[in-house]
Amino acid sequence: MSDIVIKAENIGKKYTIGHESQRESYTALRDVFAKNATAIWRKTKDLLRGNPVIQGDTLEEVWALKDVNFEVRQGEVVGIIGRNGAGKSTLLKIFSRITEPSSGRVTINGRVASLLEVGTGFHPELTGRENIYLNGTILGMTRSEIKSKFNEIVAFAEIEQYLDTPVKRYSSGMYVRLAFAVAAHLEPEILLIDEVLAVGDAVFQKKCLGKMNAVAKEGRTVLFVSHNMSTVMGLCESGIMLDSGRVAVIGPVKDVISQYTMDVSSENFLDLDKLLHGGTGAFARLKFMSIFNEQNKPTSTFSMGSTAIIQLGVSCIRRMENFEIGVKISSWAGVAIHYIVSTWEGMRCDLEVGDHVFEVEIPRIMLLPGKYLLGAWVMKEGNPADDHVQEITTIEIVGSDVNGCGADFERYAYSGCEVYTPSHWTIVKTTN
Amino acid sequence: MSKIVIEAGQTEKNYWADLWRYRELFLILAWRDLSVRYKQTIIGILWAILRPFLTMVVFTIIFSRIAKLPSDGNAPYALMVFAAMLPWSLFSSSLTESSNSLIDNANLISKVYFPRIIMPTATLITALVDFLISFSILIFIMIYYQFSPGWNILLLPFFIVMALLASLGPGLWITALNVKYRDFRYVIPFVVQFGLYISPVGFTSKVIPEQWRMIYSLNPMVGVIDGFRWCILGAESPIYLPGFLVSLIIVAFFLWLGIAHFRKMEKTFADII
Repeated sequence: MSDIVIKAENIGKKYTIGHESQRESYTALRDVFAKNATAIWRKTKDLLRGNPVIQGDTLEEVWALKDVNFEVRQGEVVGIIGRNGAGKSTLLKIFSRITEPSSGRVTINGRVASLLEVGTGFHPELTGRENIYLNGTILGMTRSEIKSKFNEIVAFAEIEQYLDTPVKRYSSGMYVRLAFAVAAHLEPEILLIDEVLAVGDAVFQKKCLGKMNAVAKEGRTVLFVSHNMSTVMGLCESGIMLDSGRVAVIGPVKDVISQYTMDVSSENFLDLDKLLHGGTGAFARLKFMSIFNEQNKPTSTFSMGSTAIIQLGVSCIRRMENFEIGVKISSWAGVAIHYIVSTWEGMRCDLEVGDHVFEVEIPRIMLLPGKYLLGAWVMKEGNPADDHVQEITTIEIVGSDVNGCGADFERYAYSGCEVYTPSHWTIVKTTN
Repeated sequence: MSKIVIEAGQTEKNYWADLWRYRELFLILAWRDLSVRYKQTIIGILWAILRPFLTMVVFTIIFSRIAKLPSDGNAPYALMVFAAMLPWSLFSSSLTESSNSLIDNANLISKVYFPRIIMPTATLITALVDFLISFSILIFIMIYYQFSPGWNILLLPFFIVMALLASLGPGLWITALNVKYRDFRYVIPFVVQFGLYISPVGFTSKVIPEQWRMIYSLNPMVGVIDGFRWCILGAESPIYLPGFLVSLIIVAFFLWLGIAHFRKMEKTFADII
């Protein structure tokens, strides 16, 4: 069909990475020589053959993408989601011709512009005016296009009076605003965007989101990579979920996101031994955390108003009287929002020596859409924490119509609001 | 509507056409390099004049006064040295800049697409502008010595292009290698420092014994410098044609080698930079 603008057929991307093999505790000098000699020999061979040199003494081939197939229609706004390392960014890099696929083929109909980063090629010594031209050209605009949109860009970035100041004197906010403004005025037929919205202050983010919405409505084809489910939900109509380099789900964005939310994986068992612990450590130690939804499915994404169940593993080495365990939910900026504490809810007991698993149910999560940090602690009631881990994982809240009134929580979340409290509104007096 | 097909292991069919499409990027990158070159310096553009001039003074004193080497015909020694300083600094600065161009712009390489060859070639413009500025000094020196050039000076643009191409070939090759092996970063300053003394900058190539001149011309800068001297000093410095042809062939060979290697490695730059 002719309205298909991007067609990906069996795309694969292979990287070769090197590992330093584990050194045995007793290594003979001879082994070290042998190992290094092999490595140098291999590097020299690579050099002569024109292959890239890879550090490390054992090699491994990794497929960042494998057998990826899909089609994108004219005017479609597609969200690409998946965990870190699922291959999202690699996919965009292939589409934007930065790197070439190791297998397969992509057919693209139309002028492509990619935004993998805000402010690519900005030069600190140049002024704002000069950087608009530089960055615009790098992103693929022609000089005359930039000229005709120059005033719009400057107005959008709100930097009129600093136009002739080198950008190295800009505040980071101004810098990001200018960079986004240039990017926002690109007018390609196909736009590839990678997580660029995570910049600027809340007000500017809202403005960016509005602009993105407008771009999407103009009938441009957009591929949008993001970790932020609420943004994807708001912008895109269809979605693609990648899982370890393969397409896991493809379809309407709602289905793809709910699949992503439900996705069962071992990532849900969070081994706390690898994380930084604080506290006195005399009695007990936090071992693991697992998070489930109301159907007992492991997840890290919840819709507003749904139930979360958290399990905590604790290993006790000395009997602990008047024991307390808790979970802390804090904002992305690290400000505590909720403490969920065992003793507050009447669980008062002593903890015997041995391994224990605690479970806490949070019946209605009233956080606004966004990402939040989870931490946990154990202690003797009234004493300093015996063991605590500050940043165990993040959970993501996506908007939902919790009270049936159709509130636009996403919008308020962008302006910095974090907690929802139910309230009742009535008009008690009207004077005409 | 433009249609692109990206396929594994396929060389770009419309590579050279693409190059034309990206000409604005070429110009703006060259302009960027130029405009940031002397930012936050006090005497700014004067550096482009001062460096070759001071080197000329030192060379004239050492080679003419102390080592008592002969000049080309009756040409003033200082003028002869400066006629070689010009192409040498053009060559050395464009070689240095172009061979570092890719890693200096690693960020661009990994975030946007453009024909990568634009990057090293754009740096030649900076070197060329520096050259044109220091060229004005040559005019002053000629007036000072009351030396008027002949018709040969009209052929100078040819030798300027030759100097640029002489640096572009190795420059492309080394910048591509630099992406993979940062070792080459340390090679260039060494080559440039060395080259100043093995090329006939401080002395005339006529001091080289006749039987060695062919071999000496394997250094492409010998041909370029002799050409410059021939253009500027005219009859005082006749060109040694067989040697010049050897230099020309070497320049062409390195240019071919550079472009071929660059094209071959280009597609992996973003993955390994």
